[in-house]
Amino acid sequence: MFASLPPIVLLSLSVSSAALAIAAVSGVPLGARLVLQPLPGQRWIVLLIYTGMGLPPVVVGLFVYLLLSRSGPLGWLDWLFTPAAMIAAQTVIAWPLVVGLTMTAVEGVDPALRLQLRALGANPTQVMWTLLSEAWPGVLAAIIAAFGSIISEVGAVMLVGGNIEGRTRVLTTAIVLETRKGNFELSLALGGVLLGLAFLSNFLLLRLGRGIVR
Amino acid sequence: MRRSICLGLAVCLTLILSACASPTQTPTTAGPQILRLATTTSTDDSGLLDAILPDFEARYNAEVQVIAVGTGQALELGAQGDVDVVLVHARASEDRFIADGDGLNRLDVMYNDFVIVGPTTDPAGIAGTATAKAALAQVAAQAAAFVSRGDDSGTHSKEKSIWSAAGVTPTVDSGWYFSIGQGMGETLLFANEKQAYTLSDRGTWLAQQAGLSNLAVLVGGAAIDANQDKALLNPYGVIPVNPAKHPRVNFALATHFADWLTSLEVQEMIADYGQDRFGQPLFYPSSPAWLAAH
Repeated sequence: MFASLPPIVLLSLSVSSAALAIAAVSGVPLGARLVLQPLPGQRWIVLLIYTGMGLPPVVVGLFVYLLLSRSGPLGWLDWLFTPAAMIAAQTVIAWPLVVGLTMTAVEGVDPALRLQLRALGANPTQVMWTLLSEAWPGVLAAIIAAFGSIISEVGAVMLVGGNIEGRTRVLTTAIVLETRKGNFELSLALGGVLLGLAFLSNFLLLRLGRGIVR
Repeated sequence: MRRSICLGLAVCLTLILSACASPTQTPTTAGPQILRLATTTSTDDSGLLDAILPDFEARYNAEVQVIAVGTGQALELGAQGDVDVVLVHARASEDRFIADGDGLNRLDVMYNDFVIVGPTTDPAGIAGTATAKAALAQVAAQAAAFVSRGDDSGTHSKEKSIWSAAGVTPTVDSGWYFSIGQGMGETLLFANEKQAYTLSDRGTWLAQQAGLSNLAVLVGGAAIDANQDKALLNPYGVIPVNPAKHPRVNFALATHFADWLTSLEVQEMIADYGQDRFGQPLFYPSSPAWLAAH
């Protein structure tokens, strides 16, 4: 079991990182834009996004499963039980967290700054990026929260990844499996590895995040 | 101030914990006694326990709490003294459980059987093969997709013994052998999606068959009587947890349970179970009392 640990750790990291990257690249600008240029029915959109922040991973997994199943609309992709399906599901989980928390962070920036930037002749894209860098600690928290929720979720990756040994087994699904087998010590050790991983990733994210701003 | 909050919290926690724990420790004369039974998910999924347990609960003024997990975890729960009795189907692990002194007085309860299911198109051509080991040897020779429970369950143990009888050691690197570490229902769904072969207990197969349109039974026949391979039989045993090792288990009630489960009357209930829904029983009784009477 310990020999097969490195690929499991690697897959956990790469699946969650890929999902986080997709969610962050699309979700951060969208969150800022929603604050700067509210859409008609904005209150309902915000309500939906906040609801999405509480989506149970297993429900997301179920939706993605039904979409990617042989008998589902996206069955032709042949993604079910592959890391691609796991990334898709985790992106759906991370996305509302990134968008919602980015909105909160940008809303916290002094509104006077926005007017000032406009008066100085900044175009909307320049305004957005300036506000995002002002709100950066909050945006970083959004990204970290999203990463924490997907690296530790088990319901979605179990359902759409299938927990295939050597292919789609990640730390959380390995923990469930070893617990069901009665290997409590090994499960606990795997849990320790997961915690350590989360600690390290957050440490790196924080370092990286400070580097961007200063 | 801070200290009193801590103290308050500690008191609350203790009260809550003791409230949770007390039913198992101090069976009162009025309320029912609690029996904790660890069994496998496939046993629980069959619905048999829901059908027969009310009779036991009424007779002994007991409440049976069923904990349905993998065979490995069920036996581990027994070994830790967290349950009073186990009902599992993995003979080698059961014998080890007894040898380690964790359980006493194992009794045969019943058996059902395993079948090999696979894609209706049968790419490896195993339909009608008389024995499971010949069929799996054929699957390996053709490198046809095969999905394994891979969770040390009773079904997984059986699968491994068939592979070794067939003289094949499948590895996950081979590209056709998938070890997914999940329950029987999930494994059948996986096989249905991936057009793969798998070993399933007949009960779960019958219960889920309707949703598995790409799969069919290829070895094992339509009912246990038609199963030509005796190696596919799946015996269940009941084992009370040893009170010498775990003084807090309810050994008396666990022994009543084992005696009740193997009594002629309950064995007849087991023989009838599933006839109305599937046109065949899901389990065949095999306790000493039943065998003596038949």
